[in-house]
Amino acid sequence: MIQTLTIFRREFSGYFATPMAYVFLVIFLVFAAALTFYLGNFFERGQADLASFFMWHPWLYLFLIPAIAMRLWSEERKQGTIELFLTLPIGLGQAVLGKFLAAWAFTGVALALTFPIWITVNWLGAPDNGAILTGYAGSFLLAGGILAIGACISATTKSQVIAFVLTAAVAFVFTVSGSAIVLNFFSGWAPDWLTEAIRSFSFLTHFNAMNRGVIDIKDVFFFGSLIALFLFANAIVVDIKKAG
Amino acid sequence: MESMVAIRGLCKSFGPIRAVDDISFDVRRGEVLGFLGPNGAGKSTTMKMITGFLTPSAGSARICGHDVAAAPVKAKARIGYLPEGAPAYPDMTPAAFLGFIADIRRVPSADRARRIDFAVDRTQLRNVLHQPIETLSKGFKRRVGLAQAILHDPEVLILDEPTDGLDPNQKHEVRALIAELAREKATIISTHILEEVDAVCSRALIISQGRVVADGTPRELEARSRWHNAVTLILPRARLDGLRAALAGCAAVASVEDGTADAGLARVTAFPRVGANLIAELGTIGRDPAHAIEEIRVERGRLDEVFRQVTGARTSASARAAA
Ligand SMILES: Nc1ncnc2c1ncn2[C@@H]1O[C@H](COP(=O)(O)OP(=O)(O)OP(=O)(O)O)[C@@H](O)[C@H]1O
Ligand SMILES: [Mg+2]
Repeated sequence: MIQTLTIFRREFSGYFATPMAYVFLVIFLVFAAALTFYLGNFFERGQADLASFFMWHPWLYLFLIPAIAMRLWSEERKQGTIELFLTLPIGLGQAVLGKFLAAWAFTGVALALTFPIWITVNWLGAPDNGAILTGYAGSFLLAGGILAIGACISATTKSQVIAFVLTAAVAFVFTVSGSAIVLNFFSGWAPDWLTEAIRSFSFLTHFNAMNRGVIDIKDVFFFGSLIALFLFANAIVVDIKKAG
Repeated sequence: MESMVAIRGLCKSFGPIRAVDDISFDVRRGEVLGFLGPNGAGKSTTMKMITGFLTPSAGSARICGHDVAAAPVKAKARIGYLPEGAPAYPDMTPAAFLGFIADIRRVPSADRARRIDFAVDRTQLRNVLHQPIETLSKGFKRRVGLAQAILHDPEVLILDEPTDGLDPNQKHEVRALIAELAREKATIISTHILEEVDAVCSRALIISQGRVVADGTPRELEARSRWHNAVTLILPRARLDGLRAALAGCAAVASVEDGTADAGLARVTAFPRVGANLIAELGTIGRDPAHAIEEIRVERGRLDEVFRQVTGARTSASARAAA
């Protein structure tokens, strides 16, 4: 446990040792704001809530989270530091978890830095702050889900570009499977259970549910098990790679 | 003496490539094992398996009684490892990096500062402690890797080409450091510098194409050389013919070869017949004023020659087999 924390600290401070963290934070904040205010018609809607803010997160994450995840293992492999890292006296689980948690905490920092928008709605009206909180929780869980997928994929390759593209593609599939276009396409001919299954595996379905202000254990469980599953796969991939 | 590193039947295949082919050996406390072999012989691959970075295709490695496959964390805790190329996190400073290693290796906080100081002093990193590792020169990067490997005072040291890229002063320092630390540890180093073997290794293993082709103390390996117990004489060039005639008359001499020497001087090496004590026989010739011998010395044998002999022969043999 202590060693997970040590890895966490090194990885987390590593983000801020390079310009990457700042580029990421600025891009995230600028895009989040621009999408909310211009495309989301934040003011025109005349509603004191953050629906027009959260609705863009899945799409923002689609290209921003893979950018964080891609370096988790690929970079170590490329730089050769993985040989140092994996010959330290730590369990594989601790290594996988420490890296993941650091990246997840970093996305948490990005999310936390959007607090001015929360102040804005509270200043403009009387929003349902409970719904905003669950919205943030949903967004954070979604980021964790995509990160776990990305961490696992980044362990398979030396190339950060490949890791990025594959993660974005997988996350895209998981996201759009809940969109109206895809569901309509299937509902025309596919049996209902299949359409329902596709819908229930979608990030959007679970994310939107949390956006409505209710934390359903189903949605938390969905993201929790997604993260657990992909981190487990991550550990297996690292172990298989040792076999050369 | 206890065996601290026990390697049994280690094999590693990468697809069709057999990088390591049934290697076994032991390293005891106080021993420094030198790993020699041509490029691609499998030295680094063997080290990667011993340190648990690669899973062997077959065989086992035990570190202080802990099997690397069955109890990886316990085994790894006892190893200090400098991987080939000395990788380190480029955007960290040596100070932050060593602090991270000390934490993750759970160096007790009472010892932490002292251990880091020791490693920093012995690898002379003091002046670059707060400079990002990516901006360090190659030699300094290697020293950071070395400092990281000795930081936790491990029982087993595994160093892949520890002096590669170091300047002559540092090479000397690092060899002295290894020799000093090695008294209490079991050490394995790989190197392409044969004089290093003489300087620090108590035993050398020459591997070629994944197999052990020679194993012994540096002395024993040198004794396998044609040059072992050969006698070299240096004399004025004008006296050369006289000496040749004298050597030809000596029963212990198998052959004579000319070497190069300074202007006016000639160098001649006499090789002994099997079992002959050449220096005793040549004593009288050496003292004979007619030859005006300036210098006479017994050769110890040449490691580089043995190296070529045991690694080169295999290559041409297998080339013939393949043809
Ligand atoms: N990951 C890998 N995939 C495929 N082949 C590999 C891999 N790693 C090593 N090899 C092969 O294994 C053989 C042994 O390599 P190794 O790095 O152990 O050699 P070495 O003795 O350390 O050589 P050098 O003196 O150049 O460092 C080489 O033929 C190399 O090409
Ligand atoms: Mg090597």
